[in-house]
Amino acid sequence: MIELLFFAQLQEIVGSSKLTIDANNISVHEIKEKYLSKYDVKELLNQAMIAVNEEYAKEDAIVSNGDVVAFIPPVSGG
Amino acid sequence: MITIKNYWITDQPVDVSECIKKVTRSEAGAISTFIGIAREFTYGKRTLFLEYDAYVPMAVKQLARIGEEIKAEWPNADVAIAHRIGRLDISDVAVAIAVSTPHRDAAFKASRYAIERIKEIVPIWKKEHWEDGTKWIGDQKENVSYEKKIPIKEEMS
Repeated sequence: MIELLFFAQLQEIVGSSKLTIDANNISVHEIKEKYLSKYDVKELLNQAMIAVNEEYAKEDAIVSNGDVVAFIPPVSGG
Repeated sequence: MITIKNYWITDQPVDVSECIKKVTRSEAGAISTFIGIAREFTYGKRTLFLEYDAYVPMAVKQLARIGEEIKAEWPNADVAIAHRIGRLDISDVAVAIAVSTPHRDAAFKASRYAIERIKEIVPIWKKEHWEDGTKWIGDQKENVSYEKKIPIKEEMS
């Protein structure tokens, strides 16, 4: 199982802060194609940074069972 | 509240004097603070209140990372950063930064660096609540393309 986290506007459109998918050894890019294409978030996802287990990562990062993938829209703290 | 040493995210009011206290030490000759507060009018549009959300554990790690970047750039600096989340009314403190250094020039530069870096890499989001609607705000540094903001590989730990 891989946990997907969504924040801000992404969270509102997906309708949940968290999704759990039954997948293993898959790239973040593939997750987007396979599990997230049904949501109307393509542009937002393309703008988002990726974090795997709370560290920034690239879209070609391979994730496996137990990993947490966060989709981080442009930030606006401060 | 989640804290790593001098860095924390809280849903309670932020007290800048707490940040100052954490960086006060005998080697320092200067402390520069930056305080970001909730603004009512942005280009004439009135904000009623703000709502901040964060990926809290990662946000605290990124604040700590900014502190490490500052210490690498300005030797003998010490840093404390607090960011508030949840609902903020106008003029409430959203972020407080304190940097102490032996001499003032580095303190000014490093506190500026900290707030700019927060707006690039710390997973915290602001939602504006206006009289006629709401919006999650993103990419406040519009002069920088988003691609360039992704931390380069060498920076990733």
